[in-house]
Amino acid sequence: MPKAKVNGVEVEFEPGMTVLQVAELAGEEIPRFCYHERLSIAGNCRMCLVEVKPGPPKPQASCALPAAENQEIFTNTPMVKKAREGVMEFLLINHPLDCPICDQGGECDLQDQAMGYGRDGSRYEENKRAVEEKYMGPLIKTVMTRCIQCTRCVRFITEVAGVPDIGLISRGEDVEITTYLDKAVGSELSANVIDLCPVGALTSKPYAFNARPWELKKTESVDVMDALGSAIRVDARANEVMRVLPRINDDINEEWISDKTRYACDGLLRQRLDRPYIREAGKLRAATWAEAFAAVAAKVKAAKPERIGVIAGDVQDAESMKAALDLFGGLGVTSLDCRQDGAQVGGGQREAYLFNTTIAGLDQADAILLVGCNPRLEAPVLNARLRKAWISGRAQIGVIGERVDLTYDYEHLGAGPASLKTLVKAKSGFAKVLKDAKNPVIIVGGGALAREDGSAVLAMAAGAAKTFGAVREDWNGFNVLHTAASRVGGLDLGFLPGEGGLSARQMVAKGALDVLFLLGADEADLSQTDAFVVYLGTHGDAGAHRADVILPGAAYTEKNGLYVNTEGRVQMASRAVFPKGEAREDWAILRALSERLGAKLPYDSLDQLRAKLFADHPSFGQIDYAPGAATAAGFDLGAVGGKGEADDAVFGPAIKDFYLTNPIARASVTMAECSAVAAQSRAKLVAAE
Amino acid sequence: MSVRRLAKEQPASFAFSKDTLKKAEWWIAKYPADRRQSAVIPILWLVQKQEGWVSEPALNAIAELLGMPVIRVFEVATFYTMFQLEPVGKVALVQLCGTTPCMLRGANDLKTVLEAKIGPKNHLSADGKFSWEEVECLGACCNAPMAAINDYYYEDLTPESLGRILDDFAAGKAPQPGSYEGRKSSEPKDAVHTLTDPKLYDGSAAKKIKLPNAPAKAKAKKEPAA
Repeated sequence: MPKAKVNGVEVEFEPGMTVLQVAELAGEEIPRFCYHERLSIAGNCRMCLVEVKPGPPKPQASCALPAAENQEIFTNTPMVKKAREGVMEFLLINHPLDCPICDQGGECDLQDQAMGYGRDGSRYEENKRAVEEKYMGPLIKTVMTRCIQCTRCVRFITEVAGVPDIGLISRGEDVEITTYLDKAVGSELSANVIDLCPVGALTSKPYAFNARPWELKKTESVDVMDALGSAIRVDARANEVMRVLPRINDDINEEWISDKTRYACDGLLRQRLDRPYIREAGKLRAATWAEAFAAVAAKVKAAKPERIGVIAGDVQDAESMKAALDLFGGLGVTSLDCRQDGAQVGGGQREAYLFNTTIAGLDQADAILLVGCNPRLEAPVLNARLRKAWISGRAQIGVIGERVDLTYDYEHLGAGPASLKTLVKAKSGFAKVLKDAKNPVIIVGGGALAREDGSAVLAMAAGAAKTFGAVREDWNGFNVLHTAASRVGGLDLGFLPGEGGLSARQMVAKGALDVLFLLGADEADLSQTDAFVVYLGTHGDAGAHRADVILPGAAYTEKNGLYVNTEGRVQMASRAVFPKGEAREDWAILRALSERLGAKLPYDSLDQLRAKLFADHPSFGQIDYAPGAATAAGFDLGAVGGKGEADDAVFGPAIKDFYLTNPIARASVTMAECSAVAAQSRAKLVAAE
Repeated sequence: MSVRRLAKEQPASFAFSKDTLKKAEWWIAKYPADRRQSAVIPILWLVQKQEGWVSEPALNAIAELLGMPVIRVFEVATFYTMFQLEPVGKVALVQLCGTTPCMLRGANDLKTVLEAKIGPKNHLSADGKFSWEEVECLGACCNAPMAAINDYYYEDLTPESLGRILDDFAAGKAPQPGSYEGRKSSEPKDAVHTLTDPKLYDGSAAKKIKLPNAPAKAKAKKEPAA
């Protein structure tokens, strides 16, 4: 490996690295604004100037300069110091001195670097330039006078999000960052530009003037808005979640999160169930825990086990599902289901319902087939990965399902199972691409599974994977993309109908059950059921609306919980705030209820519950581990899915409104606004066509 | 230069004329198929030639033609001041040079004429026939002061000659471009004071040097004809 000297210290570096990266290897901090590891290099802020020998006797922008063998890099010479001071002075010429009223204050790159590398005073006496505010949608607040034109936002939206809505117009002193004629940014990842903005030009609109970074208690946790389990940081003040930010996790979300992950948090304060309720004479009345438990116990005890059903919701932690499984399984209940949407997966081999390639593994894929899957809505961050694979020119992408804008070009191969059948038989076209690919990938989405013939479609997809050689010892290209954070956890637990048990769809039918226990399930259609409905959950949403007894639980920010993402990666979410009012953690409610039912659960603490969970289901013990290709050798594609013929109906959308998929998001004012703006721009598009 | 914005009042639609489209296709064909957007500047020019200015519907039409995001076309159109984002005079757009040499030679007096005859700069005249703007150096300093009217340079202007030119345009005539002092291109204004001796430019005073790799003498003699 080539070597270079940084301030006299020799370092080895990989060929192709820039001077800035080499200096960082040596532990030298280089100030920068426009440079970002995950974006293309622009080299326009000039903050990263260093002195390089051999080379011209002037400071060089280190972010855009390739490092060379035997180069000498200096980051602490008088020339560098003067250059940084000069650049900083220029940047501050037009930057307003409004830090006290700026939301970026306290976490501002410009503020920090002005302290670290700037001069102590200003020589500038002329007028500062002012720039009109722009409208970028309901999430991004703009104060464009603060903009230093680093163009990170333009590069992110164009390169990573793939929705080129932001641009840099005019030139010289007059340049402005804007969307085209004040259009809202149409990306599900749009709010990441707020994190990228090194100054206070783009800040968070819903969070505007709400808190200062040093007031917030930061808790590292895991997202539950989709099945990726993106790494997040929950910032809370007192007992209120103020905002959610991404954490870097290269295996899953790199450093992006979707707008829903980031902004559904205001839903944690609205429509909350903060005390038990009992329905009396058609009306819900506030009750005590003892009353609520008594009401539930009376109904459950009176019902036969086969007339009791349990449905687990999309944002449930594994512990509460385990407790429900132990409690109701112990009573002999077999009607258990964690698939509200009716997805026909689960049981059998674990690989049959996992995203086996792993999210990071997509970086190796060279042919990708999406079956009934709209990753842009089902998992926007994953869609950015797919786009990354496409934009690098490495992967070709084919789609069977709806023809939608996925932010990258793809070959549309058909709309339903019949097209998949044709593709498997075909010898040319995309079938050849998949066959010739070194690492082919097939991703089956909710649109293909959440239908009556879902298991037949899954079997067909597995057949296709076999035909195209997508599974071999060191590569597993067969993937199921789930939409619910709790889904894989539920499937791992076996939270599925047992012998003679009913599925979620059958449970909500008229006259199917006497007691229906909803564990945070709000997406099931409850209009027909005439059972006694018990709802354990967090929000006054569909489930609580129909419930006869409401047991208030804890939201994902209010409990320690395990979530298994679509890759089969077990992750621990941490409590950032306490449950609201009289609400309790879900597992503790079930534990208390078990006592009233005379079937006491054998654990008194979360640790004991987890110990039992790990003992019964060893896969939960491997925190932060996704099996990926490690289990590919033992994976039998032939046994995936069910028998039967798939009908010809086209694959529908798994998600109708991205912003309103779960009770937390539906309670969020911000998400409602986003949904309205998105609907508006869709209507405009239709009108234009 | 000031902040550039799209005009407040925009036409309802824009359509490429047959001729513009044909020329546009010629430009697009110069680039590889996946680099169509490289033709954006020539096509903005063509559109401006067709309409006189670049409207918002035109930006959309260009983006569609080139398969690129409209914001990228917008970036280019706002970057170059040569693209007119507001309607210009139907008969004449006067681009008066106001840079130092022209200013010293009386460009400010010409501004007064334009203000009187057309109105404030960057605005259409009342009848919509004329508009004028001040531009940076157009590279004709030898013939200062000068203005570019539509596609041609009108040089060595005085308030009187500029007034006459504008009157001619208004009358539907096409005034002759070039110098209005009777000069041929940028030759000396009055009597010739320099380069009076042909020896200074016919090469006879040059030091004789032997050019390396020069062709043989006989051949060299033939060359001047070519």
